[in-house]
Amino acid sequence: MADDALIEFSKVNFSYGLRPILKGVDMRMSRGQVIAIMGGSGSGKTTLLRLIGGEVRPSAGSVTVAGQVVHELGRNELFRLRRKMGMLFQFGALFTDLSVFDNVAFQMREHTNLPESMIRDLVLMKLHAVGLRGAYHLMPAQLSGGMARRVALARSIALDPMLMMFDEPFTGLDPISLSVIGGLIRRLTDTLGMTSILVTHDVQESLRIVDYIYFLADGVIAAHGTPDEVRESKVPFVHQFIHGETDGPVPFHYQAQAYSQDLGIGVMER
Amino acid sequence: MIGMISLAKRIRTIIESIGHRVADSIWRLGCATRFVLLVLLKSLPSFLRFHLITREIYFAGVLSLIIILVSGLFVGMVLGLQGYETLQKFGSESAVGTLVALSLVRELGPVIAALLFASRAGSAMTAEIGLMKATEQLAAMGMMAVDPIARIVAPRFWGGVFSMPLLAAMFSVMGVFGGYLVTVVFIGVDEGSFWSQMQNSVDFRYDIVNGVIKSCFFGVVVTAIAVFEGFDAPPTAEGVSGATTRTVVTSSLAILGLDFVLTAFMFRGVS
Repeated sequence: MADDALIEFSKVNFSYGLRPILKGVDMRMSRGQVIAIMGGSGSGKTTLLRLIGGEVRPSAGSVTVAGQVVHELGRNELFRLRRKMGMLFQFGALFTDLSVFDNVAFQMREHTNLPESMIRDLVLMKLHAVGLRGAYHLMPAQLSGGMARRVALARSIALDPMLMMFDEPFTGLDPISLSVIGGLIRRLTDTLGMTSILVTHDVQESLRIVDYIYFLADGVIAAHGTPDEVRESKVPFVHQFIHGETDGPVPFHYQAQAYSQDLGIGVMER
Repeated sequence: MIGMISLAKRIRTIIESIGHRVADSIWRLGCATRFVLLVLLKSLPSFLRFHLITREIYFAGVLSLIIILVSGLFVGMVLGLQGYETLQKFGSESAVGTLVALSLVRELGPVIAALLFASRAGSAMTAEIGLMKATEQLAAMGMMAVDPIARIVAPRFWGGVFSMPLLAAMFSVMGVFGGYLVTVVFIGVDEGSFWSQMQNSVDFRYDIVNGVIKSCFFGVVVTAIAVFEGFDAPPTAEGVSGATTRTVVTSSLAILGLDFVLTAFMFRGVS
């Protein structure tokens, strides 16, 4: 497994201004797997994806993708690397002024010189893979949330990337759309031979489809393992997360002074 | 003593906040300049795929036609009325054509067309780019290895720059027609003297070319402000609405200020 790592985080630190987000993250992600990164809201999960895509630079440490250290790449090299990556944004981020067809065709038209007839076939194949071949003529505003995300998925696999990143792919979907998207992620990863990274807090769906899970808490990897290991885990944070308990290592209450003090109820002297 | 100290503190805070504001504005101006230079550097691909620019000329130019033409007509009609009113006191009502044409070609055409252009097309450009940013469309494009400045901003910039002088010219033409309508058709000023006086006193190089130069400057400034504000907008509903307002306010002030500077260079009472 060690030799087959597509992505490697080594001692990555990152902060927004003075607020540290990541404090020494170490991860290795193997080719051909579906990997989930889980953690509470605001724990820096999305930042991990942005580091892989080179949108932000680590303040210390390095992220290596396919043997290349991302933050050391020049602009052209970075763009060349990005052509091999796909990213699915939380709400799809479809280009609202282009039709479904043109959205999926976007990268082919920008990056290749393929004839229009071939682009047409490829777009229809990609749309067919996500079950929306019949919707090619619609505009993004006419799609439901789940459909928009499937179109965005078709768009991001347009050039057959080696790596797909999914930013909260399950947020705000009904149970049917949710398992459709989950099933697609698994199936496309296997059939296209990609590696997929999933940033999510949907525990049940993720445990069903992923090969490996990393838990991010307080800027460090709190635990990691296969879905079976995670289910059996005795690590308090993981246990709380998997079972959705309101209180535990992650406290229910935001840091505050003593309740009695806030309400002005002093301890009465007797 | 304590009063003195607190007064000194307050004065210090005021001076500091003024300093911050000035430094911030200069910093922002620097950002905007660098942004525009970046846009210019990345413009070549849009010219190689000219249909991208044509599309933006349609959105910025063609869709602004109605408001430009109607405003031009009314401004010209008002100029005709007011000009006739004043000039007839001196018995020189036949010079009304000159007055209408010169005011329009030198000043009102470029300036009012640019103000309208800023509020019609500039605000739309800012809102569109700002919303694309807020809905992560620009980030998505970047992740697809397509530079949003080259693909989204540059075509819009050039579309605006090409549209503005054309709109100003059409505004002036419509204005002259409005003046003609009011003075010649309705009031009855002699048609021959209306046109011939105009023809004699409007110089192509001195008046028309200078007007066109003005409108080119305005086009660059308005469009640059619009695309910068959109690209720089905080990705929230508030941020985009604030940026749209700033586009209209900043470009209006810039148009009027720049107009004064350009006029001072171009027309110094030599003719």
